[in-house]
Amino acid sequence: MAEMSNDSASAAAGIDLSQFFQVFFEEAGENLESMEQMLLELDIEAADDEELNAIFRCAHSVKGGAATFGFSDVAQLTHQMEALLDKLRRHELNPTTQMVDVLLAAGDALKALLARHQGTGDAVPDTTELLVTIRTLCDGGQVDVAGKASVAAPAPKAAAPAPVPAAAPVAAAVPGVPQPRSLELTITEGANPELVDNITELFTEIVGLGTIEPLDGGKAADGVRRFKVVTTSSDSDLLDLFTFHVSRESVRLAPLGAGYGFHEGAPGAPADEPAAAPAPDLGYGFFDSAPGAPGADAAPPADAPAPAASAPLTEIVPAARPAPAKPAAKAENKAGAALESATLRVSVEKVDQLINLVGELVITQAMLAQNSKSMDAGLNQQMSSGLADLERNTRDLQEAVMSIRMIPMSMVFNRFPRMLRDLASKLGKKVELVTLGESTELDKGMVEKITDPLTHLVRNSCDHGIELPAERLAKGKPEHGTLTLVASHQGGSIVIEVRDDGKGLSRQKLLTKAREKGIDAPDSLSDNEVWNLIFAPGFSTAEVVTDVSGRGVGMDVVKKNITALGGTVDIDSAEGYGMSVKVRLPLTLAIMDGMSVGVGEECYILPLGSVVESFQVKPDMIKTIGGSGRVVEVRQEYMPVIDLEKVFEVPRFDFEHVSNIMVVVEADGARVALLVDELLGQQQVVVKNLEANYRKVPDVSGATIMGDGRVALILDIGSLVRRSRH
Amino acid sequence: MHSILAVDDSASMRQMVSFTLKNAGFNVIEAVDGQDAWEKAGQRDFSLVLTDQNMPRMDGITLTKKLRENPKFKGTPILILTTESSDQMKMAGRAAGATGWLVKPFDPAKLIEVIGKVIR
Repeated sequence: MAEMSNDSASAAAGIDLSQFFQVFFEEAGENLESMEQMLLELDIEAADDEELNAIFRCAHSVKGGAATFGFSDVAQLTHQMEALLDKLRRHELNPTTQMVDVLLAAGDALKALLARHQGTGDAVPDTTELLVTIRTLCDGGQVDVAGKASVAAPAPKAAAPAPVPAAAPVAAAVPGVPQPRSLELTITEGANPELVDNITELFTEIVGLGTIEPLDGGKAADGVRRFKVVTTSSDSDLLDLFTFHVSRESVRLAPLGAGYGFHEGAPGAPADEPAAAPAPDLGYGFFDSAPGAPGADAAPPADAPAPAASAPLTEIVPAARPAPAKPAAKAENKAGAALESATLRVSVEKVDQLINLVGELVITQAMLAQNSKSMDAGLNQQMSSGLADLERNTRDLQEAVMSIRMIPMSMVFNRFPRMLRDLASKLGKKVELVTLGESTELDKGMVEKITDPLTHLVRNSCDHGIELPAERLAKGKPEHGTLTLVASHQGGSIVIEVRDDGKGLSRQKLLTKAREKGIDAPDSLSDNEVWNLIFAPGFSTAEVVTDVSGRGVGMDVVKKNITALGGTVDIDSAEGYGMSVKVRLPLTLAIMDGMSVGVGEECYILPLGSVVESFQVKPDMIKTIGGSGRVVEVRQEYMPVIDLEKVFEVPRFDFEHVSNIMVVVEADGARVALLVDELLGQQQVVVKNLEANYRKVPDVSGATIMGDGRVALILDIGSLVRRSRH
Repeated sequence: MHSILAVDDSASMRQMVSFTLKNAGFNVIEAVDGQDAWEKAGQRDFSLVLTDQNMPRMDGITLTKKLRENPKFKGTPILILTTESSDQMKMAGRAAGATGWLVKPFDPAKLIEVIGKVIR
């Protein structure tokens, strides 16, 4: 794309615009995000001026960049949005839900267009209808529910004090407005007369396309041909036609004209420049007599519209009134732009590399600490204090580096207001979303992986959980269903809860359904076990399969994905009152706090978060039940005993040995006691994936390298707890 | 060497303008909005101020007015970049004391051409 969008002039200036594309894409993406956010938060009844201005600015900013960098389809759509938003911020129109809907839809279309320009999107959204709809709304018309424009009502003239002076010719491309506009067409493959002929012939072949005439006297300059095109068609339509014959990169359309102007007599304005009269065509101008305008010293021409510096001011000020929209209100607000200069964009790979290196450093440090244990601290005082410093610094460094990857949960939650709004209106439901703990931070990798399962849970709640408004009223509930998303830190985990006040799970229905599916489901199952049935593969409780959550991934996939992240899912429900799904996840996948235990010659790591307590066992505490099962009694509570030696078939050379240390661990709401030889200590371990490097091993979630260089397995407590149930 | 103050809230536009101007041999100081520009203008002299109109915190026209109130910038050329090529906006710029305007989108060569007319 090296030469893309460069017309002859910019090629001469030696600037390749494509180098700015990435910044533009990121910036446009951010602008669209914040626009969507603000649109969703917009109070239609009492829209705040500053809010409307900020939304306008987003569209405006995207349009400016898109037009500059040659993305005409994006510019076209944002231009229309901007026109509507401009009327809103000037109070020439009052915001309606329809407008918000259409602007949101337009935002989606823009995202798709931008994705396509970046080469990531697939479908090309058709913006024709959107453009018509926005224009209709802009003209004060109404659109029906489907979003199609109906007959436009006459524009509310009273509210609009002649917005644009009649004398102002529409200079730049006003997309879609069926009035002829003059464009400058540049073809960089212009040296090939055949290609050029193909394009000029289009204008004779297609009736109503407009006229084309050379601007360069039929001669290519540096292989570039320039034409003047007068047409009513949109830029994108024209480009679609042209690209039958030439590549998209080699054609460019721009409004015809100089694009700038000087005010006569303004300081710095060039003397030899014609005054502002032909301004709309030039696209730029200087104000006469203004400071710095070229020829400020020269006597202004007698027939100039504004001959004196002082006189025109009073005359002009009223006309200018609507333009500087309340600068006082704007100032000192939203320091967003300023903040930008304090942040730095770094690719995720670089951060990951850093994290890997820190992981290695942690291992090296642990190794040094281990080796120095045998050292005489008295003799090597300096060395010891150096190692202590190293340990502290390594830990601080590790925390600092990990925090780079931490992003707030609001990044995930932010997508839900929009999704629920669309979903609820599609299902005819009324749903209010409450989010709590948005500032809770989570590892970026985790955020990416948890987004899909969470989306599914939210859809599920809205679709199957929350009832239709009439049904809710009949049950004496408020018409609006409430969906609550809560994120919080609990120990070394983050807990995300999706809660609704809908109809909840029905024990009887679930049991019946399970039996239909051939699942063994006796009536004796506890509530919790019944709720967990919905995670069985292919299980769905809705009687009607909707296109919202009935198809695609099921709850079984949700559970599988969360388990794969080292997380757990817990369901709680009360029929008629709603349900809550709690997802518990480790904060990060890379490093964890562990307790190391010894069994025979082996060392195993237990995730510290799952360790409840440890104690020395006395022979009478262990009881054998039902032949092989053993339980231990701790404070009148019995829990299964798992002998790690037997689970992992640890070789034993000392046959007399009896393990007598119990470590109580907890997972999935159940506790088991692990029988081990000794407790070795607590330490941070760098988790190495076993599956990726070797294969999946039952009861093991990963491995790590210990300070002395040995490999220790990290135990999967959830799996051990499940083992105890069988 | 001439120093130019380039003011735009859009990072991509700022980058483009700055790159173009530096390529043409100017010294460029960037500002992210009118307020930022106003603060930077207090610290040094500029041969030209090139400002966007619609920005958070302080817009281009307000910036122009403020600069003109300062004797230091009485004669400095100020160009306002605007996507709204309406007469209204131009007149507002004129009233504020701007030297001229430049309609977005423009290409780099156009920018150099226009600047060449006011900086000699």
